Amino acid sequence: MVLDHVDKHYGDLHVLQDINLEIKRGEVVVVIGPSGSGKSTLCRTINRLETIDSGTITLDGKELPAEGKGLAKLRAEVGMVFQSFNLFAHKTILQNVTLGPMKVRKLKKAEAEAEAKKLLDRVGVGAQAAKYPAQLSGGQQQRVAIARALAMKPQVMLFDEPTSALDPEMVKEVLDVMVSLAKEGMTMIVVTHEMGFARVAADRVVFMADGQIVESNTPSEFFDNPQSERAKDFLGKILKH
Amino acid sequence: MDLISESGSAILTSFGLTLRLAVFSGIFSLLLGVVLATFRVSPVPVLRWIGAAVVYTFRNTPLTLVMFFTLFGLSYQLGFSFDKDLLYRNNFWLAVLALSVYTSTFVCEVLRAGINTVPLGQAEAARAIGLTFTQNLRLVVLPQALRSVINPLASVLIAMTKNTTVAVTIGVTTATMVNEASGQMKSLMERNSDQILLIFIIFAVGFMILTLPIGFIAGWAAKRFAVIR
Repeated sequence: MVLDHVDKHYGDLHVLQDINLEIKRGEVVVVIGPSGSGKSTLCRTINRLETIDSGTITLDGKELPAEGKGLAKLRAEVGMVFQSFNLFAHKTILQNVTLGPMKVRKLKKAEAEAEAKKLLDRVGVGAQAAKYPAQLSGGQQQRVAIARALAMKPQVMLFDEPTSALDPEMVKEVLDVMVSLAKEGMTMIVVTHEMGFARVAADRVVFMADGQIVESNTPSEFFDNPQSERAKDFLGKILKH
Repeated sequence: MDLISESGSAILTSFGLTLRLAVFSGIFSLLLGVVLATFRVSPVPVLRWIGAAVVYTFRNTPLTLVMFFTLFGLSYQLGFSFDKDLLYRNNFWLAVLALSVYTSTFVCEVLRAGINTVPLGQAEAARAIGLTFTQNLRLVVLPQALRSVINPLASVLIAMTKNTTVAVTIGVTTATMVNEASGQMKSLMERNSDQILLIFIIFAVGFMILTLPIGFIAGWAAKRFAVIR
């Protein structure tokens, strides 16, 4: 996955400035940075939930289609997990996971359900399959959301602050699932404030500020020996406590 | 009680006609309303304009005018006819057409309000797993939108049932020349001027028998199908 000279404006605000980023197969990239630095926007442009003004984004050498069926097809290859879970409220947990495989991949119901149950077991919510999203805790809902994205067998998984809306005690259960995914070789782009996760699971940390990529390094180098003033200032503020 | 023994079966027949008008118009206005709402939230500008034009036109013209237009404009002037031989059949379907188009604009706007109650994030999540726009609407957004507007939709359908009385203006009758309810009421009053109050009551109760269940069923369905949030 390659982002080449990507630019985006919201009115006068230049939210993404000349972003160049290459993610290799199996690589886990953690994007950190202060609020409003454009990291969520970056994540959302990758499956075109946000449009870009200029530059190109390519997956497997193919450029992102702008709209229509081609775009829908591409999105099926890119799994996305949101801060606010966004489970389909009128469908059961099982139906949440089988919807994509059945309607997009055209899998038979039995096949999709067997696959979905495996995934739900894997993220530890298999027992909740018949319930509705509102009956689950935040941590459980987010793990279902991960299973829903995985059910499409995506090439890349995007995580947009997946633990920011969770109670502290539920953060770990979600991070555990993400760490095991990373260990299994899933290509992942993770926007997060969880520095612990970045240290354990990331191959590379990308630090963003004011719409630019300021620094990009291995986690140990970045945390122990930040190069830019902006990164030093940011780490100084968050690591003091 | 001479009134009942003399005209009872005609009254029943007239309400039967009213019921048929209401059922067909109800079905078509719901279907057309969904289509219009889809147009109005479509990513294609032309479809959005068409949807808006239809809604603005028919929601803001009196039903009587729309009803007249189907008979005098569409049928007499432009030569469109549902049935060239049987006038009563043509008029019936013209009335259904007028009621359906007119009511569908209200259905559309109620649905659009319902669509706004579905959190945007769910539509994004649906796009993110690769659903197309129509799949997204059909599988994720509309099922939830519909459930949140069952009661307001029932109000629209009740109003529509009562609006079937406007069909009297283009003379909708059965094969045996019995008018729909309001026409029947008028002719009964003309023939039984000493019992006008009784006739009023009979027809008012008749309409309540048709419309009250809509409200009750909607109240039950809104609870039964509520989306837990």
